[in-house]
Amino acid sequence: MSLAIETHALRKVYPPAGGAQRFQPSVGPGNHGSAAFAQSGPTVALDSLDLEVRTGEFFCLIGPNGAGKTTTIGILTTRVRPTSGSACVAGADVVRDSVTVRQRIGVVPQRPNPDRSLDAWENLVYHAGYFGIPRREADRRAAELLERLEIADRARLKVDQLSGGQQQRLMIARALIHDPAVLFLDEPTVGLDPQARNALWAILRELHAGGRTIVMTTHYMAEAEELSERIAMIDRGRLIALGTPAELLAQTPDNSLETFFVTRTGHGSHL
Amino acid sequence: MTTPATTPATTAAPSYRPRVSSARVFVALLNRDLRVARRELPYFLIRTTMQPLLFVVVFGYLLPRMGFTGEEFKTALLPGILAVSLMFASSQSVTLPMVQEFGWTKEIEDRLLAPIPLPLVAVEKIVNAMIQGLIAAIVVLPLARLVMGPIPGFTFTHVGALVVVVLLSATAASAFGLFLGVAISPQQIGFLFSLILTPMIFFGCAYYPWSGLAVVPWLQYLVLINPLVYVSEGMRAALTPTAPHMPLPAVVAGLLVLTVLFTALAINRFMKRALG
Repeated sequence: MSLAIETHALRKVYPPAGGAQRFQPSVGPGNHGSAAFAQSGPTVALDSLDLEVRTGEFFCLIGPNGAGKTTTIGILTTRVRPTSGSACVAGADVVRDSVTVRQRIGVVPQRPNPDRSLDAWENLVYHAGYFGIPRREADRRAAELLERLEIADRARLKVDQLSGGQQQRLMIARALIHDPAVLFLDEPTVGLDPQARNALWAILRELHAGGRTIVMTTHYMAEAEELSERIAMIDRGRLIALGTPAELLAQTPDNSLETFFVTRTGHGSHL
Repeated sequence: MTTPATTPATTAAPSYRPRVSSARVFVALLNRDLRVARRELPYFLIRTTMQPLLFVVVFGYLLPRMGFTGEEFKTALLPGILAVSLMFASSQSVTLPMVQEFGWTKEIEDRLLAPIPLPLVAVEKIVNAMIQGLIAAIVVLPLARLVMGPIPGFTFTHVGALVVVVLLSATAASAFGLFLGVAISPQQIGFLFSLILTPMIFFGCAYYPWSGLAVVPWLQYLVLINPLVYVSEGMRAALTPTAPHMPLPAVVAGLLVLTVLFTALAINRFMKRALG
């Protein structure tokens, strides 16, 4: 069994912000799902996280807001530097060999961040260019992906003219155009209507069936249960549960992941 | 309801494609910026040449004809006008995009995910800005010369000096622009113009030679922190060498020091922003 991702004692502490106050997610009991202004001080976003994701696995990270999901994705995608510990993604260390990691991953961000100076088509072909894909091949892949994501008719529009759901699909196409070995999605269905969400689920299932490793964060229990092979539950920067959906469900009296989540974290979740 | 996920067919160690060379990624990043620049060329030219050309019309054409300024003022003005064009075309073509892309939209992210060391993403921004600055200078020079008519002492014979000054100036201005772009937030854009760029132009020796500031000695030395001073004086050394100007070695040294300083500061800040 080969591993697509391996972290060891991963820790991230954000230094205190300058000034009297800084905006930070609240991690205090009873405050999950909200955010608060806190007095400045270091914020432990991730505390000694050990994770292993197998090659070809569909892996979900769940947890309340401020649990450390986005920080975890940030470190694994080389966009956030860990304070200590180590992480290996697609065979390369995220700090020492971040360039190799970037070559092998695709990232769908929490909020669509397309290149607004380019149209939808150009977003894909220029991104492909950053990965050394020749223009002709990039054009072919862009056409195929836009078709598959059902936004081919939007190809020549500026991205500001795309709806939120269409921009999110463009982000998925962008993450896939260089055929990455590991795909990261950070709460990709937030803000999507049920139709767009179902379409995304179908695409993810298809990618997974094709052997791609997928790591997705979500705070929708049903989504994690529906899609993933294994689920890691994170709270306050720590791993508090890990297993297949069936294994986690077996630990609850009513066979509900929602109940499991509430019991373990002490807080409600989104459904 | 749980639907069993499909089990992947393979668990063997995957074979990854070889890494793309950083040079190739760098060229791809530059291609993207040049694509955007080509599309916005008319706006870019208006934005960067309007202010210098208005100055040329008023101070290089109208005032001499009215008799308020002599011909020698044109000699001081032309290199300064070129310096302002080069300086601000370079710096603005990186400052404003960086403020926006690192700001609310976070759209720089797709380039931060490119397989290239992140400092090279910053360096690419400097190279792109240099190119745009050079284009602005090439457009403004003939226009300014045309509007102002014959300029005493103007010469194109110091080509070597001109190339050195222009390239170093564009580099220093672009590095300065990148530093501003990664150091300020979108909310501070207003201050950028009123507190930084406007004072830079007025105290950048663009419209008078640096030696003239000897009348206010403390100011003459204070303005040495302003990159535009070296760009203006360098242009004078190259284009109107008989007029008073700072020695070329001093200009080159000043531009080199500022390039190194602003590049280091900009990359440092860029990395902090890029790595959350």
